[in-house]
Amino acid sequence: MSHEVDYEAGSYVGDDRVPGEPAAEEHSLGREVRGYVLGLALAVALTVASFWAVETHQIYRPGAAVALLVLAVAQMGIHLIFFLHITTAPDNANNVLALAFGALIVCLVVFGSLWVMGHLNQSMVPMDQLMQMQR
Amino acid sequence: MTTSALRFAHDPDFGPPETVLGAASGHGSGGPAPKRIVVGYGFWIFLLSDVIMFSAFFAAYAVLFKNTAGGPTAHDLFDLRNTAVETGCLLASSFTCGMASLAVGQRNQKWTQITLLITGLLGLAFLLLEFHEFSGFVARGAGPSRSAFLSAFFTLVGCHGVHVSAGLLWLGTMMAQFYAKGFRQDIRHRFLCFSLFWHALDIIWVAIFSLVYLVGTLPPELLP
Repeated sequence: MSHEVDYEAGSYVGDDRVPGEPAAEEHSLGREVRGYVLGLALAVALTVASFWAVETHQIYRPGAAVALLVLAVAQMGIHLIFFLHITTAPDNANNVLALAFGALIVCLVVFGSLWVMGHLNQSMVPMDQLMQMQR
Repeated sequence: MTTSALRFAHDPDFGPPETVLGAASGHGSGGPAPKRIVVGYGFWIFLLSDVIMFSAFFAAYAVLFKNTAGGPTAHDLFDLRNTAVETGCLLASSFTCGMASLAVGQRNQKWTQITLLITGLLGLAFLLLEFHEFSGFVARGAGPSRSAFLSAFFTLVGCHGVHVSAGLLWLGTMMAQFYAKGFRQDIRHRFLCFSLFWHALDIIWVAIFSLVYLVGTLPPELLP
């Protein structure tokens, strides 16, 4: 028998896990605190970088808006991993798939709206001409 | 039941021996997932639908950004120092909320209450700063009815503020429940949902401070 599980009477009663899941004690508290501290440090670093990118001339200025977008996406990733604990673990597969679908819809809504409205704006009759035509 | 009996009840091709013991593997094998996973998944679906609602507000804001109707622009209005303090409050409260979930994992009443109280106070500080900013805008004649740009701005950022207010009420009830009823399993599940909600609000704030405040204060000639 390669795998022995201790089925002590009452050992799982009232505890929210199924046999075979690692016991709560196995995640040491210190390691979990370190995970949150690392996440906080990375998030603070990216936030500071974002505020720096507005002012600095180290970045090619016309690219500043794109730099801010990239930093924001990176920070969202840090939050997802360190705070929301979205992982590649098997019990997270459904969460990751739902997240991917959500991200797809968000991109469609935001970039789709900008694209369509930009084109509408371009092909619209200029406002002064429109007023002339309505007379 | 012995492990060998369980092993026969299961197709061993589907996973390593650990999954034979009954834990859901996430790949279609194993027994039902623990309730914590199912509750978290359901709430995650709700949060994603909330994020999609926010994405519609973001799209409206981006489309209407230049429609200032001769009124104040983002560059004139936004004060980045205020935004930086708000960001700090919300990020710190996200961290203390994480600490609270560790305290709940340890069944430590004192630290659960302390970390949740700090989380709530930081959230309250964020809300007060936001209210102060909004009332300042309105006093300067830059209320939501001034231009399409400001309508979209107040809708987007105000909607996030409403979520934070709802989160604060929820946080208060969680503190009361832990205090009165202890670390019961159903209450811990509610707290799991609350912590997901609170962290998700911080993610939305990341998008708001980067794409609304920081991009908005860039000189207009740098914007696409």
